[in-house]
Formats: sequence, C-alpha cells, structure tokens
Amino acid sequence: MSSHTAHDEHHAHDDHHHGPEPGLMRWVYTTNHKDIGTLYMLFALLMFFVGGALAMGIRAELFQPGIQILEPELFNQFTTMHALIMVFGAVMPAWVGFANWQIPIMIGAPDMALPRMNNWSFWILPFAFTMLGMTFFIPGGAPAAGWTMYPPLVLQGGWNLAFMVFAVHLMGMSSIMGAINVIVTILNMRAPGMTLLRMPLFIWTWLITAFLLIAAMPVLAGAVTMLLTDRFFGTSFFNAAGGGDPVMFQHVFWFFGHPEVYIMILPAFGVVSQIIPTFARKPLFGYESMVYATASIAFLSFIVWAHHMFTVGMPLTGELFFMFTTMLIAVPTGVKVFNWVATMWRGAMTFETPMLFALAFVILFTIGGFSGLMLAIAPVDFQYHDTYFVVAHFHYVLVPGAVFALFAGAYYWLPKWTGHMYDEKLGQWHFWLSTISVNVLFFPQHFLGLAGMPRRIPDYAVQFADWNRISSLGGFAFGLSQLIFVYVVYKAIKGGEKATDRVWEGAHGLEWTLSSPPPYHSFNTPPKVTEAEAHS
Amino acid sequence: MGATTKRRLASAALAIGALAASATARAGYDQLNLPVGVTPISQTAYDLHMLITWICVIIGVAVFGVMFLSIYLHRKSRGVTPAKFHHSTAAEIIWTIIPCVILVGMAYPATKGLIAMEDTSEAEVTIKVTGYQWKWKYEYVEDGITLWSNLDPTSRAAIHGDVSAAENYLLSVDQPLVLPVGKKVRLLITSDDVIHAWWVPQLGMKKDAIPGFVNEMWIRIDDDKAGIYRGQCAELCGKDHGFMPIVVDARAADGYAAWVTERQAAKTAAAPATAGTLAQATAQPTPAARAAF
Repeated sequence: MSSHTAHDEHHAHDDHHHGPEPGLMRWVYTTNHKDIGTLYMLFALLMFFVGGALAMGIRAELFQPGIQILEPELFNQFTTMHALIMVFGAVMPAWVGFANWQIPIMIGAPDMALPRMNNWSFWILPFAFTMLGMTFFIPGGAPAAGWTMYPPLVLQGGWNLAFMVFAVHLMGMSSIMGAINVIVTILNMRAPGMTLLRMPLFIWTWLITAFLLIAAMPVLAGAVTMLLTDRFFGTSFFNAAGGGDPVMFQHVFWFFGHPEVYIMILPAFGVVSQIIPTFARKPLFGYESMVYATASIAFLSFIVWAHHMFTVGMPLTGELFFMFTTMLIAVPTGVKVFNWVATMWRGAMTFETPMLFALAFVILFTIGGFSGLMLAIAPVDFQYHDTYFVVAHFHYVLVPGAVFALFAGAYYWLPKWTGHMYDEKLGQWHFWLSTISVNVLFFPQHFLGLAGMPRRIPDYAVQFADWNRISSLGGFAFGLSQLIFVYVVYKAIKGGEKATDRVWEGAHGLEWTLSSPPPYHSFNTPPKVTEAEAHS
Repeated sequence: MGATTKRRLASAALAIGALAASATARAGYDQLNLPVGVTPISQTAYDLHMLITWICVIIGVAVFGVMFLSIYLHRKSRGVTPAKFHHSTAAEIIWTIIPCVILVGMAYPATKGLIAMEDTSEAEVTIKVTGYQWKWKYEYVEDGITLWSNLDPTSRAAIHGDVSAAENYLLSVDQPLVLPVGKKVRLLITSDDVIHAWWVPQLGMKKDAIPGFVNEMWIRIDDDKAGIYRGQCAELCGKDHGFMPIVVDARAADGYAAWVTERQAAKTAAAPATAGTLAQATAQPTPAARAAF
C-alpha cells in the first residue's frame, strides 16, 4: 500500500527529530510525557487556586453569623463547585501529571506507551472545566446540590445539570485514558531486570490507582447519565413517584466515590514512600508489605461504600457489614504508617522541604485516619454524619494528606524537572506556614461538628461563632501561603543553582541516573536493574 | 473510676488540647465534644465516641512518640550512621495482629449499641415526621394532632441584620415538637420533596427523610430530662437548608397529657366538621404556643 510506505517514510523522518516543536504550538501538539506532565500539573495548580478562591469565599461567609457575602443559593454553588474543582480539577490531574513525568523515568522507558492518547486525555480537561465553570454565568447558576449530586435535589437544578453531567463525562474519559496509558506503560515498558516487585513504590501505587480509575469512573458516568435522563427525558431511575429509588443513586455514587478517595490518596502513599527513605538514608522498611497493603486497601475500597450512607435507613445487617469492612481498612493503613516510622528509625535524617511535607503527611493523614475510624462506627456515625466533624475528617486526609504529598513530591522532583534547585528557605517558609494554618483551619472543625454544626449551611447559630472565626482565619492564612509555592516554582523554572543528576544525597532509583533536567526522550537505551539497586 | 469522673477527665483533656478553651465560655469556645444527651441512645453514642477517641489518642501518642523520638535521635546532624535493615517479618505480623485485636474490641460494643438503636419495637407513641423545603410537619398518629414547624420569624428577620436580636438564632421554631419523657417514641420519617435529615444532637440519632420511603428511629428521653432540645436538618436540601431547625419540647407525663388535650380541644373548636381526620387536623397554634421556642 502506497499510503503505508508514505507513513513509514514520515515515521523515519520523525526519528531524527529529538526536540520539542518551537513556539506555543509545542504544548498543543506535544506527545512527550514530560510536556504533558507539565501541562497536567500547571492545569492542576490553576484549578487549585480557582477551587481555593471558592473556599476563601466560603470561609469569608462563615467568618461570622448572619449572611454577609454569599446568599444561600450562591453559597451552595460555591461549596459544590469547590469540591468538584478540587477533586476532579486539582488533585486528580496533579497526580496524572506526576504519573506522566515520573513513570517513564522511574521504570527506564523513553516515554509513555500511548503518547497521542496522552495528549488527548490532557486536552479534554480544559474544555471540561470551561464547561463546568461557565455554569456560574447561565440562568439558574452553577450546580448547587453538592458534589455528591444527590437526587431529588440535584434534579431541581436548571441547565447546569446538563453542563455538569457532560463535564463529568469528559473528566471520566480523560481519567480512563490516563489510567489505560499508565497500566500499559508500566506493564510493557519496564527496563530489563525491573520485575514487578522491584518497581518503586510510586509506580506500584499508581498501577493500582489506575485499575481503581478504570473500575470506578464508568460507574460515575452511569450514575450521572441516569440523572440526565431523569431530568430531561422523563425517566424515573431515582424518582419514587415513578417507581424509582433516590437511595439507589447514593449506592451507585458511593460505589464510585469511595474508590475515588483512594484514587486521590494511593499515589500520595507512593510519593511519601519514595521520599522518607531518601532523607532517612535508609531503605524503605517492608517493601512487599507496602505493596500488599496498597492492594488490600484498593480491594476494600470497593466493599465499604455504604458507610457514607449509614443514616439512609439500611437494614441492620447492611449497617453491620459496612461498619466491619470499613474498620478493616485501618489494618493495611496502619501497616503503612508503621512501615514509614520503621523506615525513619535508626536512619540518618535531614529535613529538607520534601521531607518536612512527607513527615507532616504521616502525622496529619494519620489524624484524618483516626477520625475515619471513628466515623466507621455506625452507632456514633449517626451523630457525626453530615456535620463539620466529617468536613474536618475528609479535609485532613485530602489537604495535609493528598495535597501535602503533592507538595512533597513537587519539591522532591522539582530540581529534576527544572534542572535547578528550588529556594530551600522559601520552601521551608511554605511548609511551616501551611502546616500551622492548615491545622488552625481544620482542627476546630472537629469541635464544631461534635458540638452539632451541620455541614453545607451558609449560616449558623451563635454558639458556633468563635471556632468558625478561627477556622476562617486559618483558611485565609493557608490560602495566602500557597502563593509562596507558586513563586518557588516560578523561580526554579527561571533559574537558580544547577541541580546535580542525583540531587539528593540519599536518592536511589533510575530517575536520578538521568541528567537534570532529563533529555527530551528519557531513556533511549534501557538501563539494567538489579535486585541490589532496586531496594537500596 | 466512675463514668462521671471519666467524662470529666475526657472533657478536661480535650479542653487542654484545644488551647484556646480558657475560662471564657462565650460564644462556644467551650463547646468541644459530643453532648452526652438525654436518651439511652445518646449515652451509648457518647460512650462509644469517648472509647474510640481514647484508643485513637493512645495509638497516636505511641506512634507519633516513636516518630518524634526518631526525628530527635536519628538525625544526620548528630553524626549517626544509618542502619541497613529493611524488613522484619515478626514486627510486621505483630503490627498487623494488634490492630485487628483492637478493632474486635471496638466492634463488639459498637455492634451491641447498633442493635439497640435499630430496635424500634414496642413504641408507646408514634409520630410521623415529614420534611418539606423548608419546614417540618409532625403528625401524632395515636392522638390525631398535626403541627407544622417553621423557622421562628425573629431568626428569619435577623439573617441579614443583627443576629443577637434573635434568641436562639436559627435554632428556634414557631411550634416545637412536644414529646413525653420516659416513653418510647417511634418516629416515622419521610419527605415530601427532596432528602432531609432529622437530627437533634441531644437525642443521639439522625435519620434521613427520603421521599417515597419511610424510615424509623426511636427516642426515649430520660425521666428527669424534661426541657427544650434543639437541632437542625442535616442533609443538604436546597437554599434554606440552614434554616429549617428542629426544636423538641420534652415534657413530663402530666404536662404532655395536658398539652395533648389542649391541642385536641383547639382542633375540635377550629374545625368541627373535619375533627378526627388526621389529614386535615392542622390545628392553629394557641396564642401561647405561637411564641418562639
């Protein structure tokens, strides 16, 4: 076939092309894993500030009792959009960005396995979030029924429901393609000698995360599609008057939703498992048990979903089942925490910014884990459910949990990515300001919840005033502190002290054998991996 | 150690932990913990809450203690040489089994508590609770009384103004739910539009109000705990979700009986033609009952 020959010639030509396209079009056409990783991370950072701005609005309204800034309708739009943007726009794309940058250089591959799909899965996202964000400007405003989109309330929304559903479809497509790419790359493109049990922990956690994505995202897509047809095409999936069941939506949503929270936290476990050994100058303790613990958590995440719905009136046996399975998650999670502490034990630690964020992660994520264990106890969950105690819980696991791990990873690999050392002094400022303010922000919310403040309310009784004010002040401080991070990243991209290949004295792994920054096509010749290198 | 002492110790520890909980009791710095409440259910929930909180605190102190000790001892600046160990099957088995044992210890009382909470049998009073956007309807099934409960107008007026002008801002209603103390009350909870949740922290339980479905929960307020208890809708239900409070007025047996008689008489007077039919028994509140609760 002539066209085939023409294609081959074209391909041969491409092989001589070893650099990026010149100009801005580089970023549109790129199929390079590092370019796409950068795009993902910059997009996630932008969304982090958009979602953060919404959070600032929420905390400003809650600064004192009474309604001052956001009317209740708008307040509900802010909480809904804050969650959707932070979950799907900030944390998930940030981890996909990490996957894109790190997987090829950590397994010894030249690039991701499916580069064109990689480009597409990123470029879907700006459109998805434009579509979601523009609902603020259409009649009826943005979605306001919470990111959990429970019917029948969500069906009272106007056009925004359709925009939200299609945006979620796009995000789901992007995530699934990203996940396929991760799985195919990891299973097919590892360097010779890198057996599965020689893979770095970050690779393991992302491999498992990718399977969670493929299993969970279609379920969400199905759930929101049923919302769409209920709202616009007269079906009655969730309408009791038509023979449907509003609680069925909650079951389907949380069958996606619980794996989703592990999608956000498993890569964090991976990053922390890379960083702690580096700065303790000692191999990771219990590598294999880390892998098995991650896999156990992933499995359990599919059989615990209804612990989000203990108050819907499930049968007693159902409540018991979900209580027991949820409590079980504490076991593999505990193994991970113990392993991290054992890694530090008798090491020779230094406390550069990545290590500080990783240590704060271990402590603060564990606090979030403790409140999670408390929430698992169904007879007490009847008191905790839908209060600020829950808000405190999931923000502890997501902000000083997932987001701190993202910061830890960003500081850890920034010298590798940019070729320049970041400003350590500013990094330490960023760490301490963030760590203090995040606790001022979220710890008092435990008290508010226990004292009886429901979540998702725009205004509250006066006995909740003081802790809300403190929480808001913490929130503003946390928000402002993140500007330091942007400046640190900007400064490192612009220049600074040249980073060495290894960057950190105690760093091990293939990515540190490449130059900083790595060549455009990461490993043209696959390196050889031995047992001793893999677990040192 | 008595339950009261334990409770006092618990609150004291939490108060110290919170730093800011000084002698000032204004505007809620002192509100740090779950209320003990006034029902057997709330007592069970509180006891379990404290048990698990203490277990978490002890584990936390142990794990973070080792971690901080390590951070202090095993730092490069002290000139230590890193060890090489990376594995210990014995340690890993131990720290898998110990959490399992602790979990079983937690699961046993939790299961017992849960079974008791879900047993709505042998109720003496049955009340149907219906959530609406944004108010509650209470129907006393045996006594044929219906009442609507809305946010108190003084709270409503204060939302955009001076919140100190409203007593019990956002937690007061025009007509409270009147309950007898010492009797097992079964609530049948449903909704007319979207999902709501009925929750009064002092009563120890919340349950979703779901359109098309009827949920059950029960309450028995302790004999000596007559009084006013306040709560709120606990499931996002639209723009006025924050403005549909719940107020329970728990009365001793004779006070409750007198209230029932009064309401039934008022209903007969207001609507003699339809008296006795539950559906239309929406009695007007008496002037006394109209006051905010």
